[in-house]
Amino acid sequence: MEQWLLEILNTHKNNPDALIPILQKIQNKLGYIPEKAVGHISNFFKISASKIFGVASFYSQFRFTKPPKHSIKVCLGTACYVRAGAEILDSLEKELGITCGGITPDKKFGLESVSCFGCCALSPVVVIDNKVYSRMTPQKAKKEIKKLRK
Amino acid sequence: MTFQKIKLTAINEWEKITNPSKILIFVGMATCGKSAGADDVETALVTLCRKKKINFEIIPVGCIGLCYLEPLIDVSKPGGPRICFGNVTVENVPKIVDYILHNSIPKNLVIGTVGEKSIDGISNLLEIPFMKHQVRRILRRCGFINPENIYHYIAEGGYSGLEKALKMSPEGIINEIKKSGLRGRGGVGFPTGIKWELCRHSIAQPPNRPIAYIICNAEEGEPGTFKDRVLLESDPHSIIEGMVIAGYAIGAKVGYIYINNEYSLSIERIQKAIKDATELGFLGKNILGSNFCFQIFVVTIAGGYVSGEETALLELISGKRAIPRFRPPYPVEKGLSDKPTVINNVETYANVPQIILNGADWLNKYGTEKSKGTKLFSISGIVNNSGVVELPLGISLKKIIFNICGGLPKGKKLKAVFIGGPTGGCVPGKYLDKPVDFESLSEISASMGSGGIVIVDTKMDITQMCKYFVEFSSNESCGKCTPCRVGTKQLLNILEKITSGNAKKEDLEKLKELSQTIKLTSLCGLGQAAPNPVISTLKHFSNEYENKINH
Repeated sequence: MEQWLLEILNTHKNNPDALIPILQKIQNKLGYIPEKAVGHISNFFKISASKIFGVASFYSQFRFTKPPKHSIKVCLGTACYVRAGAEILDSLEKELGITCGGITPDKKFGLESVSCFGCCALSPVVVIDNKVYSRMTPQKAKKEIKKLRK
Repeated sequence: MTFQKIKLTAINEWEKITNPSKILIFVGMATCGKSAGADDVETALVTLCRKKKINFEIIPVGCIGLCYLEPLIDVSKPGGPRICFGNVTVENVPKIVDYILHNSIPKNLVIGTVGEKSIDGISNLLEIPFMKHQVRRILRRCGFINPENIYHYIAEGGYSGLEKALKMSPEGIINEIKKSGLRGRGGVGFPTGIKWELCRHSIAQPPNRPIAYIICNAEEGEPGTFKDRVLLESDPHSIIEGMVIAGYAIGAKVGYIYINNEYSLSIERIQKAIKDATELGFLGKNILGSNFCFQIFVVTIAGGYVSGEETALLELISGKRAIPRFRPPYPVEKGLSDKPTVINNVETYANVPQIILNGADWLNKYGTEKSKGTKLFSISGIVNNSGVVELPLGISLKKIIFNICGGLPKGKKLKAVFIGGPTGGCVPGKYLDKPVDFESLSEISASMGSGGIVIVDTKMDITQMCKYFVEFSSNESCGKCTPCRVGTKQLLNILEKITSGNAKKEDLEKLKELSQTIKLTSLCGLGQAAPNPVISTLKHFSNEYENKINH
């Protein structure tokens, strides 16, 4: 086991309830949860790997494959839906040549939809690499993608 | 340090804001402001002010609730009033700087004056239509103080409620909350004082003593609702103060605040607030010199809608899948680690310090017989002025939409109002006079929920909208109970048939029957409420369904 992982596990060694913070720390370090890490947690706390996968796969935050370089999240919460958020998603799917939930072959862009960022007053909203863009249009969204392509 | 000394420091610190010795530029730095470009505007302002050799300071503030006017900038000059400007872009930054240097007010950007000092020809910010009907109590500091400066909060009355509470008996606090009539602001509306009392009682039962927990539910996973975000980002200490008072009243030493990690700025602000409150002795050991000790931990994850269900939230904090438990036992009896636990919403906690400080009658001066006090509403959709407002419970939707939010954009006509999120229901135009409180809307198969209001115009296809909500509930179902897991999927299948024009008359009957089954047999509140949009839209817009039937 790598030293950094052992350190994470040791800080929580008396508290198996801390499974979520442990998984978060691993994902912060690597960008995803590799299968090997789940095995190490399982051995360390003597809990089954399936239980760990069960928790990790329940929460949309966790991923099991390497993340794309840029993450694009299109909000489809009620206010964004009412103000044509889905049109933005459609246009980005075309622009990137992938469907919602996919990653471009060069691993540069990932596209997903999210239920609400709480920015409904200025809908529709798109979040690119954790920066929130409001009052979006398909054109503005495509422009941001073009900037990232450079 | 005693509270009096801290308060004195705070008053001095606040004096620098109300009576500045240099130019102060307040930048609205909540998510709404930032998303509208506040960071770029700030950079442009700083660059230009430096170039012009202006002696200035930037004060980041939260959200006033006027999201539709973001980015918002206030400017305060020594001796002058504080003026609020809206829709500020990088392009019109020179106009703001021009005002700073030459006093020429850019009329198209000015929104109003803030505070007591006035200026001819400009109304006070609190007098503009969006603000003047509001009763701003828990919003009163939002957007005006620096949420990251604890002294601003204290100078404006913060932590005075806690100071008073620590001199009262725990029973006295619970009685005050009960007397106020405060009901949970998360949607269900359970009386807060009774919840606290039940929890305190169960701690007294062996073998519980003396462990109990306080949890703040800041999931706010209901699309179209963002009032908790405004509080978390703009006045985080009010939530912490409410939680500490709750802890003292119940006899808990530990609190958790769960925030969805899509709310990254809320998490940052709460963490900073916890750190500052601990340093000044409002959290930690022997709070304000008393025997009471209390600490708060922040739990964050993208939990999804179901995590907002209180028993699912308990599972989440214990590091498990957020799946609701059977109730009873209720969390006040067996909550976190099977210990008595009080779970309240962000807005509920934010009400507590002011109730303690001003007495129970302060809250119930407003509201209706059964729904006391003020409530935050998040307003969005097809409407001119969207944002967050604080209004007395019992106000009508008509007043909210037309008098406060400026109605719909020109040429658009209101069709319905979706209230209470994806599991709330719809209110058609003809019922807009109905009062909004915990009970009244149930007569027309809608519910206030946590106060999310989304307005749709006549262009919206109601069956599509209904399908959208059911798809949401179906995706968010945790999968534990069959009525919700399978039932919502079947509802969705029928709605897909209807919206694509392939449904028969009997499909409508199936839709009605299945909705009732899911409502009656699901395990948790989310499943039980999932068919609400179907029931509600079938009731009010049956013609839209009929028109799509393939006869």
